[in-house]
Amino acid sequence: MSFAWANQYEPKSDFTKWIDEKLPLPRLIYNAVGAGYPVPRNLNYMWNFGFLAGLFLVIQIITGVVLAMHYAADTSVAFGSVEHIMRNVNYGWMLRYAHANGASFFFIVIYLHIFRGFYYSSYKAPREMIWLLGVVIFLLMMATAFMGYVLPWGQMSFWGAKVITGLFGAIPIIGEPLQVWLVGGYAPNGATLNRFFSLHFLLPFVILGVVILHIWALHIPGSSNPTGVEVKSESDTVPFHPYYVAKDGWFLGLVVAIYAGFVFFAPNALGHPDNYIEANPLSTPAEIVPEWYFLPFYAILRAFTGDLVIPLTGIVLVPAKLLGVIAMFGSILVWFFLPWLDKSPIRSGSYRPLFQKFFWVLVVTMGVLTFCGGAPAEQPYILISQIATAYYFLHFLVILPIVSQIEVPKPLPFSITEAVLGKDGEEPKPISAAPPPQSGGGDLPGGALQPAE
Amino acid sequence: MTIRLGGMFFGLALVGVLLLWSFLPDTLKYSTPEKSPYYAFHEDKLPPAGGFSFDGLGGKWDNQQLQRGYQVYKEVCRSCHSLKYVAFRNLEELGYSEAEVRAEAASWEVPGLDEYGEATLRPAEPTDYFPSPYPNEIAARASNNNALPPDLSLITKARPDGSNYVYSLMQGYVEPTEEDLAEAKELGGGVEWETPVGLYFNEHFYNANIAMPPQLYPDLITYADGTEATTEQMAQDVAAFLTWTAEPTLVLRKQTGWYVVAFLLFATFLGFLSYKEIWANKKPKKKG
Repeated sequence: MSFAWANQYEPKSDFTKWIDEKLPLPRLIYNAVGAGYPVPRNLNYMWNFGFLAGLFLVIQIITGVVLAMHYAADTSVAFGSVEHIMRNVNYGWMLRYAHANGASFFFIVIYLHIFRGFYYSSYKAPREMIWLLGVVIFLLMMATAFMGYVLPWGQMSFWGAKVITGLFGAIPIIGEPLQVWLVGGYAPNGATLNRFFSLHFLLPFVILGVVILHIWALHIPGSSNPTGVEVKSESDTVPFHPYYVAKDGWFLGLVVAIYAGFVFFAPNALGHPDNYIEANPLSTPAEIVPEWYFLPFYAILRAFTGDLVIPLTGIVLVPAKLLGVIAMFGSILVWFFLPWLDKSPIRSGSYRPLFQKFFWVLVVTMGVLTFCGGAPAEQPYILISQIATAYYFLHFLVILPIVSQIEVPKPLPFSITEAVLGKDGEEPKPISAAPPPQSGGGDLPGGALQPAE
Repeated sequence: MTIRLGGMFFGLALVGVLLLWSFLPDTLKYSTPEKSPYYAFHEDKLPPAGGFSFDGLGGKWDNQQLQRGYQVYKEVCRSCHSLKYVAFRNLEELGYSEAEVRAEAASWEVPGLDEYGEATLRPAEPTDYFPSPYPNEIAARASNNNALPPDLSLITKARPDGSNYVYSLMQGYVEPTEEDLAEAKELGGGVEWETPVGLYFNEHFYNANIAMPPQLYPDLITYADGTEATTEQMAQDVAAFLTWTAEPTLVLRKQTGWYVVAFLLFATFLGFLSYKEIWANKKPKKKG
């Protein structure tokens, strides 16, 4: 499960020896996130976000469990119980703002983590399983966040729930009964609120379980790295502890400081004022907008404005709503196929000039979709989101497979050590300097580049 | 290989459908979004001169102002608007003493039971919440031309830029300008702008027709602290008070934030130093 040169766990005291014999949990942790896990030495800061995602999951679970002690999932009191938390529970306002903004920050770090994966092709062999589990985590996160937003039972909670559960009604034949079964009625009601609360409490622990699988799968091939060249020798790696604990640690402080800035100084900046109005099934808000992290997918949903008909006959093959639903779910499900769509043997986008350009187009497209998802459903935003949606699917399903066939990659460094220290290890060059030729690197003696103590 | 071919086919089909619609002659002939006539009156919400005392990272409550705002609520707003998430005991946070709060609560009546268990009214205790002026929604609508006066506890959080919104709205009962009326007529397809019977023109209400009549007039109330009760003064005071009711912990939150962020930045700085120290011999050495 690890490289031959990984540090071995050696219990020192009698107590730790005793524990190690009965239940080697300290050994497991040592090998997973301690000195026993060798990690490429050249990771850049984009590799910090997996650790941070774990942190925000823990923050959400802790604040969420305490909030659940004071919250009541009943349509007549849910809104008031949230205000009770804000006003009467000791530091309840802090817990609730930390939880609400924690969800946003969880999504921020997850999006950075996913786009790191896109750029450095983290989904490629031998890491497909890590990627697939990651997409599962993302889908679970979306479900959890959606149900959590319903719990305060404000106007956006209710109408957002109504719109999203209404999507199931688009499925042919079984759609409507399915929707009624899922919601427990024809519109969100007390039964809906109760089951959403139950699931919102459960799913984070399911996420935690899949995160453990995600990390387990990660430890089989080991972490990827910005060159995309696999680890060759001991000098390519450093032990996770203390090297990456220190690096993740200080960066964690920075991100949490920004997060605290939101919690304490702009706690409602990422929310919607309408959610401070209690849900009223008889009064529709002027516009129904989901939370910001769903906007790109909401834009894809709304981009499909016309039915798919057989030309000249007017027979509707697929109604517009169903097309939109298929596209919205498809836009994430397509990520499951990435390892097989992009067959370029080069992992890192830094050595793929053509891919790199399309990657940035994708980033801009996601930004445009986010903007359009928040804009009113009128022209020109619909046209813009149609074009952006078209590019989104084109990117994954057509451009990536073609680019991986025709692209001429830049030469790769021979090894990670060479990328960091330069070719001969004595005259270091910055990584951005022209990459050395791929051939003739020869065998670098394993320990030759180890620094002097 | 099959996955890629299948994917390409699926992708091209989806994209084809989308592009077909986007560029069909019909779809491009869209009109610019129709604006309702009331867009003509849209005015930006303006903060009071000098802003509110609780604005900014180091904002603080102005207790004198909050007490004045409470007086406005009590003498003007309360006849129609409830304040259901605020309890009398919370008034201590405005600088009233315990005895003053007890006396203030006793001057309000809340629903209670008499010695025979019959519903009656009793003087409020500090632990009681502010009572609603109407027994239920139907009664509220019946008294207000079928409009429902919203609860004011959260009003400044339930509207974008809420504090400035309340401040502007209370002063937004003006005569529409000739230009705005002309623009509204144009947007309305030539129909003259008219404020419906029973509604009032307010340039800060989203559709310019508000059910609430103008409330604030100069010297409407006599402030306990002797401040001159101009319309602007009362609007500002009640906006501040309603900001407090919406989030009584606002100032505590900002103050706590300073300590938290300062601690985190200090810890980050220490963490950064240890990171530098630990990695010192793993980084390429600089030449020269």
